[in-house]
Amino acid sequence: MNGHTHNTDDRRELQMARSMCWHCQSEMAGEYFCDRCVKVQPVSKDLDYFTCFGLPRRLAIDTKVLEAKFYELSRAFHPDFYQNKSNEERSISLGNSAMLNTAYRTLRDPIQRAEYLLDLEAGAVKDIRTSPPADLFEEILELQETLDEFRESDRSSEHASTLRAKLHTDRTNLEERQRDMEARLQQLFVRWDALQDRGEATEQARTERTLILKDMRDILSNRTYVKNIVNDLVATIA
Amino acid sequence: MARIVGIDLGTTNSLVAYMDKGTPRVISARHERAMVPSVVALTDNGLIVGDPAKEHLTRNPERTVYSVKRFMGKSLADVQGELAYFPYTLTEKGGVIRIQLGEKSYSPPQISAMILKELKLRAEAFLGESITKAVITVPAYFNDSQRQATKDAGMIAGLEVLRIINEPTAASLAYGLQEKTQGTIAVYDLGGGTFDISILKLKNGIFEVLATNGDTHLGGDDFDQLIADLLLKDIRAQHGLDLSTHPDHMQTVRLQAEHAKIRLSDELKTIVSLDLPDGQGRFTRELTRDQLEGLCSPLVERSLGPCRLALKDSGLSPTDIDEVVLVGGSTRMPLVRQRVQALFGKEPHCDLNPDEVVALGAAVQADILSGGTTDMLLLDVTPLSLGIETMGGVMSSLIRRNTTIPASAKEMFTTYVDGQTGVDIHILQGERELAKDNRSLARFRLKVPPLPAGVPRIEVTFLIDANGILNVMAKDMRTGETQSIEVKPSYGLSDQEVERMIEDSFKFAADDVSARKVIEARLDAGALITTTEKSLADGGHLVSAEEVAKIRTALSALASAKEGTDPRAIRGRMADLEQAAKGLTVAMLDDSLKQGLQGKKISDVT
Repeated sequence: MNGHTHNTDDRRELQMARSMCWHCQSEMAGEYFCDRCVKVQPVSKDLDYFTCFGLPRRLAIDTKVLEAKFYELSRAFHPDFYQNKSNEERSISLGNSAMLNTAYRTLRDPIQRAEYLLDLEAGAVKDIRTSPPADLFEEILELQETLDEFRESDRSSEHASTLRAKLHTDRTNLEERQRDMEARLQQLFVRWDALQDRGEATEQARTERTLILKDMRDILSNRTYVKNIVNDLVATIA
Repeated sequence: MARIVGIDLGTTNSLVAYMDKGTPRVISARHERAMVPSVVALTDNGLIVGDPAKEHLTRNPERTVYSVKRFMGKSLADVQGELAYFPYTLTEKGGVIRIQLGEKSYSPPQISAMILKELKLRAEAFLGESITKAVITVPAYFNDSQRQATKDAGMIAGLEVLRIINEPTAASLAYGLQEKTQGTIAVYDLGGGTFDISILKLKNGIFEVLATNGDTHLGGDDFDQLIADLLLKDIRAQHGLDLSTHPDHMQTVRLQAEHAKIRLSDELKTIVSLDLPDGQGRFTRELTRDQLEGLCSPLVERSLGPCRLALKDSGLSPTDIDEVVLVGGSTRMPLVRQRVQALFGKEPHCDLNPDEVVALGAAVQADILSGGTTDMLLLDVTPLSLGIETMGGVMSSLIRRNTTIPASAKEMFTTYVDGQTGVDIHILQGERELAKDNRSLARFRLKVPPLPAGVPRIEVTFLIDANGILNVMAKDMRTGETQSIEVKPSYGLSDQEVERMIEDSFKFAADDVSARKVIEARLDAGALITTTEKSLADGGHLVSAEEVAKIRTALSALASAKEGTDPRAIRGRMADLEQAAKGLTVAMLDDSLKQGLQGKKISDVT
């Protein structure tokens, strides 16, 4: 037996251990509740948000289905319904509810959903950008200078109002960029979902998959960078 | 399971409600209104609460505490600007405000506990059972310290607080129960001291809060203060008198201002008049609704900012709101209604009594917790972002505002120096960039095993529970060991302090009960004196002069006992008087029977 197979066995064993009811130790067949003693079970840390809501791992999701499932699971987990239960059950209900709320918040928003999916598919991807994206480098350096100048200026002066006007234009431009990136992301989302739907295991499909993930990652981090700049801008000139 | 009551612990008034076969109802004491003024007074007979305490506002201003909710979870520095308006003395101990009442000083949770106890007694008397569990409401925009202080108040009052619930969302539960509403609603809640706006989505029994905002320092009290300032200025101009140095007269001015404001909700003009001190005559002036609105307009405008922010945070525009609900006594002002209607572009709902709807909703939530109501579920949010202080005094946000609760965030900590044994963590709440501009919630030291720098990995979980209150847990990722964290609140009572206050409250309970007995005996004695005097006037001629003299003696004996503090003596003299007046009572009964029979045929009466 080679090492690879051995690892898989280990993982299966681990899953078996987890699929035992914490209360009556019977084997778990139900999703979130033990079939035998009907006690609520802690949601596994390895369960991804898509699976949690019973949704396919796609970037376009039916938000109506998402909401309905969120409400259904909220009714199952919310601490309000565990007031008279044991300490263990109350603690599980609290943990599950907090996890459910995070999952819903993440999947409800298209950008957070994409970031989460990237994280699942390609590991830690949400590295925080500390320098401007290449195509915006010059523009943003200049903007930072204007911002600093504006901060130090006498707000009632004519110079300040010139700077403010310039910052307004910059803001409009950056917001346009942001929308542009979002449109490109949307196209990538569609391509990703189509690729997943086809489910091909060819070399070509694998290459395309890697490319889409890489593009998404770049645009997402650029977008975050631009968005932070815009927020800063809005706060300063407000 | 034992009954859970719902309590609205308000700035000016408090109420208790319960669920009666699927319908929430407020509880009134015998012959009294349901609202208990949130006022506590120290009298010669001990501490009294509610309507009787309210009478002491002008008689005994330095020893009568009102609007204590404004001080919950606050330090003295937080309220510096308004200290001048309060006639009672505030001090501080260990970051917590203390209110001086005679020899002793009390924390705001202790004062609130006295109000809660009064409500508890009412509920117990009405329901005929012991009440130990409650749901208590707080303004949605209350921070962690203020929520914790409210929970402490409940514990000190001998109540297990099963849930802290937000006032506007409580109101939505009461409305939802009544109308089975669906759609998006905005709850505009302007109370005595606080303002909240909450935007909710109602669907199939789920009440999902999308966003909330508010101002914990904006309410009817502020309107009253503006009117009072105007009156004080007028009195100074007309009579050359500065009443601001007379606490008792200041309270009279404040109460007159409040009454005038209330009258102007129905009338277009009103007359304010009050006696000046030391027989210096009377001050009178007319106040029109226009003048009132001119004064209050900036405050009402101030409430609209949070409304716009809440809309923005929920990603909605005013036209997306299907219904607007008004909560809180201050929404009776026509100006408030106009401004809210103008903002949302639709006429607001106020079908339920705005003073009672929050308590009713708390009772609904209590019923959900006890398993009675199962088709409704409230999904609330945390009003303020929660974070920790990072390098350079910047706040790093962990849980953003308007996140559905329960909510949790995990953060990994390590060391920078070899052998370092602790990491200091400073927890903050607020929306500002810099740590110092936000509310400090707590500080604690994370224990770390001495290892080379960067090796320890401690995962800290910040969890905001369904009450909106923070819990912190830490886990050593190398050993899997969890550590309990003692979080010292920055502006709150420690667990030990709460313990001690609970013990104290048992000690004082005996005093409180006897104070209550004195008050009740006095009230009953007063009623007996009045009826006996009336009987003497109407039927004194029916009995002998000797008997009348006997009754008069018993009357004056009761009158002097009533001035004392011994309830048994009062009850004893009451019995004496009843005995002495027995002949008179019988004589009057006979007389009235005779009167009734006159002019009637025997056949009519047999």
